[in-house]
Amino acid sequence: MLSKIKRDYICQLAADGKRMDGRKFDETREIKIEKGVAKNAEGSTRVKLGDTTVMVGVKMAPGEPYPDTQDSGVLTTAAELIPLASPTFESGPPSPIAIELARVVDRGIRESKTVDFKKLCITQGEKVWVLFLDIHVLDYDGNLFDASSIGALSALTDTVVPANRFELGEDFKLSVEHYPVSCTSVKIGNTIMLDPSLDEETAADARLTVSIDENGDIRAMQKGLNGSFTLDEIKSIINISKIKGDRIRELIK
Amino acid sequence: MIKDGRRSDGRKFDELRQIKIEAGVLKRADGSAYVEWGGNKVLAAVYGPREARPRHIQNPARAIVKCRYNMAAFSVSDRKRQGPDRRSVEISKITSEALEHVVFTEQFPRASIDVYMEVLQADAGTRCTGLTAASVALADAGIPMKDFVSSCAVGKVDGQIVLDLGKEEDNLGDADLPIAIMPRTKEILLLQMDGHLTIEEFNKAVDMGMNACMEIYEMQKDALRKKYRGD
Amino acid sequence: MIDIEEKHREREIVLPGEFLGENLKPGTGVYNEGKQIYAAVFGVKSVRVNMVNVIPLGGRYIPEINDCLIGMITEIGPSSWLVDINSPYPALLHVTESPWRVDFGEAAKFLNIGDAVLVKVSSVDETKKVQVTMRDMGLRKITGGRLLEMAPSKIPRLIGKGGSMISLIKKSTKCRIFAGQNGRIWLDEGDINTAVTVIKKIEKEAHTFGLTDAISKYLEGK
Repeated sequence: MLSKIKRDYICQLAADGKRMDGRKFDETREIKIEKGVAKNAEGSTRVKLGDTTVMVGVKMAPGEPYPDTQDSGVLTTAAELIPLASPTFESGPPSPIAIELARVVDRGIRESKTVDFKKLCITQGEKVWVLFLDIHVLDYDGNLFDASSIGALSALTDTVVPANRFELGEDFKLSVEHYPVSCTSVKIGNTIMLDPSLDEETAADARLTVSIDENGDIRAMQKGLNGSFTLDEIKSIINISKIKGDRIRELIK
Repeated sequence: MIKDGRRSDGRKFDELRQIKIEAGVLKRADGSAYVEWGGNKVLAAVYGPREARPRHIQNPARAIVKCRYNMAAFSVSDRKRQGPDRRSVEISKITSEALEHVVFTEQFPRASIDVYMEVLQADAGTRCTGLTAASVALADAGIPMKDFVSSCAVGKVDGQIVLDLGKEEDNLGDADLPIAIMPRTKEILLLQMDGHLTIEEFNKAVDMGMNACMEIYEMQKDALRKKYRGD
Repeated sequence: MIDIEEKHREREIVLPGEFLGENLKPGTGVYNEGKQIYAAVFGVKSVRVNMVNVIPLGGRYIPEINDCLIGMITEIGPSSWLVDINSPYPALLHVTESPWRVDFGEAAKFLNIGDAVLVKVSSVDETKKVQVTMRDMGLRKITGGRLLEMAPSKIPRLIGKGGSMISLIKKSTKCRIFAGQNGRIWLDEGDINTAVTVIKKIEKEAHTFGLTDAISKYLEGK
């Protein structure tokens, strides 16, 4: 919870065109990406977005296909907001926030056809590769959506399919076909700002996450919190997301 | 697995794997530590003292020390499902008990000191790695303690007592003995054993383990001093 | 064993379980077993006359009677408010301890959730149940300005001997500054940005020598 004093200070700064940490409204915090940090995973990445730290791991195993896509691999995404990451996270089954996070990251990957699931078929109708994407939040300082999405995409680029271990041939690198990047903005008063810090996120009225691929097309969107956006604001956010997304994409590739 | 007086990874019988300890690595937690030990990667964090919730678990005379050991889904070869399994629950219990012994809990009635050990990559000996990290995290959080808790495991491979089992040695060996001590007094705060040891072998193992714990204690102290100097 | 190098030892960093000496009086942050004294926290060793203390580098704020604090209202009851004081222990502010006449159930009219208040600890029982009061000099609801947080153990350094450090900052920046024992600091008016920079510098270098001079020089340069 933010004190009124802090909330008023953030709003006053915003009205003056400023942010608490001195960033511009369309500026992200420093992004650090480290691949291959979990050797028991098929692919992994640790992302630091400012002080927000998320680790994403990819595990793969053969399994059954979904009945309506008998020739395709399966993607399942889960997020854990572990209590060590924030005094506000509790142990137990995934909270609505964790579930929303996992589903939004999942949609960004799935809808952009980042992975060609047809290439992950082993025996049609019987056996396919199941790809488990596990988002493990380690330090929560705002904007889990972007940190997790960057981590997920990066972990996929680091993934080697463990065919050898399951006696299904030689290991091969997972082919990443598209590069969707998610950008999250929040609205405080009448000001829109990109990559909210923890305090900005807590003070925000509304939040919008936009996932854009390398062709500039929108692949996923999610609006959160209980405030509202005008259509112009949404268009403006899409525009910023496209520009900033391009820069972030270069860091991941 | 033992050839010419060396183990399968080239180590001597009483040699530890490479250990790296870093204190104060998280922003939100009150105290934290990250340890890389052989192929283990464990992150420990402390929140507390803070109000114990739910209220009915509060102890009016002292703080409750609650340790939660958890493995990330991608930390092991066969993906681990979310949520505590029986092994995690047991490890959480015995590590809570070890840490509770050293913390001055009477200074914080009705509070809880929450310790989290998160295994990001597992390579045998995760509970010792976690406990070693947790102890540093507690000091980093400014929690009053009698002493550190330093932990290590000893085992038996091919009839030989060896220090700090690797994954292969743990799977194929004849005994596994994790131990944790308070370095100043050498009191034993955690002790488990499974396998087969003669009394003589046990004595040798404990001796080896306790010496190693003293080495680890030096590393724990160095990590905190280093953090302060870099402050 | 009398410590003749007191000034040098004053800034020594010690760790829990570390031996500090014998035949000294145990102060805070230490424990003894017989005549041997050991550090209980990660902190700075300080020997004054014959007493040895360890000042923690971190740690939470534990309320003590008469401490002046900055609290935040988190809950409203029919005749009281619950105040977060940046501690494992929340504090109760009864309406009779406020400067207003508050009718039953009307507490929200005077203080609401998220409001910041200057309060004083009026009682702490043996289970650390805390009560605070606003009925004393200078205590009130605060609005506007900026709120900062620092490790509570470093607040004495910010205040300085007899208030010397904080007066120095106030004079130079013309800010109103209130430093609560619970690690919360409120600033208003004046050159707040400079004051914030100075405060952050003090937090970082709290246990170094010559800090007062360094801060003095920095402020003169502004």
